[in-house]
Amino acid sequence: MAIIGGYLAYLFRYQLAFPNEPVPGYGLVGPDQYNSFVTMHGTIMVFWVAMPILLSGFGNFLLPLMIGAGDMAFPRLNMTSYWVFFLSTVVLLLSFFVPGGSFSGGWTIYPPLSASPGYTGVIWGGHLWILAVALEFTSMLMGGINFLTTTVAMRAKGMGLFRLPIFVWMINIASILFMFSVGPLIAGAFMLLADRLFDVGFYLPASGGDPLLFQHLFWFFGHPEVYVLLLPALGIIAEIFPVFSRKPLFGYRTIIYSTLVAGLLSFIVWAHHQFISGIDPRLAAPFSVTTILISVPFAITLFAFIATLWRGSIRLTTSMLFALGMLAEFLVGGVTGIFNGSTAADIYIHDTLFVVAHFHYTLFPVTFIATFAGIYYWYPKMFGRFMNETWGKVHFWITIIGFNAVFLPMFAFGLAGHQRRIFDPTLFDYLQPYQYLHVIATVGLIVMLAGQIPFIINFFASLSRGKVVDRNPWLANTLEWLAPSPPGHGNFDQEPVVQRGPYEYSHPLLKERDWISQGEL
Amino acid sequence: MKHRLGIWFFLGSEIAVFGGLIACYLLYRFRHPEWGLQAVHTLTGIGAINTVVLLTSSLTMILAHWFVEEDNFKSAANYLGMTILLGIVFLLFKSYEYHHEINQGLVPTKSLFWGFYYLMTGLHALHVIGGLVANGIIWTGLRKGFSTHRIESVGIYWHFVDVVWIFLFPLLYIASSGGAQ
Repeated sequence: MAIIGGYLAYLFRYQLAFPNEPVPGYGLVGPDQYNSFVTMHGTIMVFWVAMPILLSGFGNFLLPLMIGAGDMAFPRLNMTSYWVFFLSTVVLLLSFFVPGGSFSGGWTIYPPLSASPGYTGVIWGGHLWILAVALEFTSMLMGGINFLTTTVAMRAKGMGLFRLPIFVWMINIASILFMFSVGPLIAGAFMLLADRLFDVGFYLPASGGDPLLFQHLFWFFGHPEVYVLLLPALGIIAEIFPVFSRKPLFGYRTIIYSTLVAGLLSFIVWAHHQFISGIDPRLAAPFSVTTILISVPFAITLFAFIATLWRGSIRLTTSMLFALGMLAEFLVGGVTGIFNGSTAADIYIHDTLFVVAHFHYTLFPVTFIATFAGIYYWYPKMFGRFMNETWGKVHFWITIIGFNAVFLPMFAFGLAGHQRRIFDPTLFDYLQPYQYLHVIATVGLIVMLAGQIPFIINFFASLSRGKVVDRNPWLANTLEWLAPSPPGHGNFDQEPVVQRGPYEYSHPLLKERDWISQGEL
Repeated sequence: MKHRLGIWFFLGSEIAVFGGLIACYLLYRFRHPEWGLQAVHTLTGIGAINTVVLLTSSLTMILAHWFVEEDNFKSAANYLGMTILLGIVFLLFKSYEYHHEINQGLVPTKSLFWGFYYLMTGLHALHVIGGLVANGIIWTGLRKGFSTHRIESVGIYWHFVDVVWIFLFPLLYIASSGGAQ
């Protein structure tokens, strides 16, 4: 799915740089197709790439291992959720091939554009979109129930709540956020579907409805969703930093508490997405304040990571490089978020490419850079072999340089007043001086996409050619490194008994080595 | 322990779904006082009977669970069977209501109130059907004499469906302002 999402990005990016020229490998992109590509790119990347990889992928593999359990609490539910997810993917991809094409109302599916097929001409594409997302959410709900139950009920002996690795905490907080925010959106989607199918008019002012209601329902889910994606990514890099700086994680409990606070706050910030949709300014002020406030707990977490690195013996392996890259790029995204959170600034930059650049600077590090960090780090555990480090570093530098080339210019573009979802920017006189930035961004995107080829080759070649490793190649403390690589059925040879916290590196009492596993006596 | 946790987490997310719908309904209702006049046309009497039916089915559910803990699977199966029957009775009454209303032209597109009415009761009915399927699986297990403690989980779920109805009934049926507007 990531490849499809990237390909769609390439199609509309090329159109922006060279309007109305055929795109190599596809052909001419029309305005309708442009809208549909933008919509599907957002949908696929958020719901079909970020969520499944970070939560389901890493979560299902690592969570039982890290808490010393043999399997998830409900293995059959796990299987069901996988097949429901598979079905949702099929339904979503089907929507490319139905008459009228795939959905084109933007990934936020705002009514009235989405409530009546009359606006976009897309009938089945929209129905299938809603159906696919509903199936995907069902699958994620099953996964979340499984994660929470597994963590509460199946921890190994001695694994207290404050001995859990940060990644496990993050997965669980993310699951709770998802479970309690997605409900209203499911209700709202039912209403939207009723509007589309039977013309009820829940969101149409003509029949007494209100399109703003949907925005509230959507962002009540949509904003916590950002943290659902962010938290597992922070969890991944929190596992990597202590191992490769050979130091205990700084402020373990503080990170947990501040994440809980951020989770709570995330439920009361949603309306910052609606500053220009006509909400009362008296309402906008508290949402602005809570939005800016939420940067405090995340700042605490990020500073704790930086403090972990301070005076550590840092080893720049590929996964460490990616983890550092995630931290650096995410900081840019976080800081620009303050701009959007302040009502005054947001009224100017709302729906411009500034916002697009901002959320790509948060979601790209979260979704891809942290995922790569996690893959290079846990690959030995998954397959019992190393990935090639040299090619990994090539992959890292191309990805980082390409990524910045794509999205740094967009900040300038946004401040120049370039709106989102414009098919042909050359039609606007005031944007023409900046057209070269689109060319830079498109070249950057092509470089970045090409940079993934070494990764894919490396990933599959290392399956048979990578250096064979034993159980704990990185000399890490957490429980998953006690299990054989790859872990067999039931994960552990014998049930581990946990003796200490997960990040006790460089303990003064240890003489010969600087690490001691959580399960060691 | 595991199953109890699982079902409670599941219900937590379900509360968010129905909570979202009910919140939307209430917000709109405050804006549209004339909905009180439309709510007059719901069949409050049948709704009241249905409330009793559903509450009784929760009682038989508890009795079924109690007999499972007593290892008396035969009585447990009987009481669970009564729960299932009462659930079917509820659905029959509900479909009579739908039939009656649609005949009078009170369809979802008539007004937003009827849109909400069909959406909320319809979603609730879907949950009843889901509960009936789950109860049926447990029932066949009990008939074959399996000691199945999963009855506790489906019981909790069945009570939840009951509680949702207790919210829907006053919101959609009782809260009508008979010509006061």
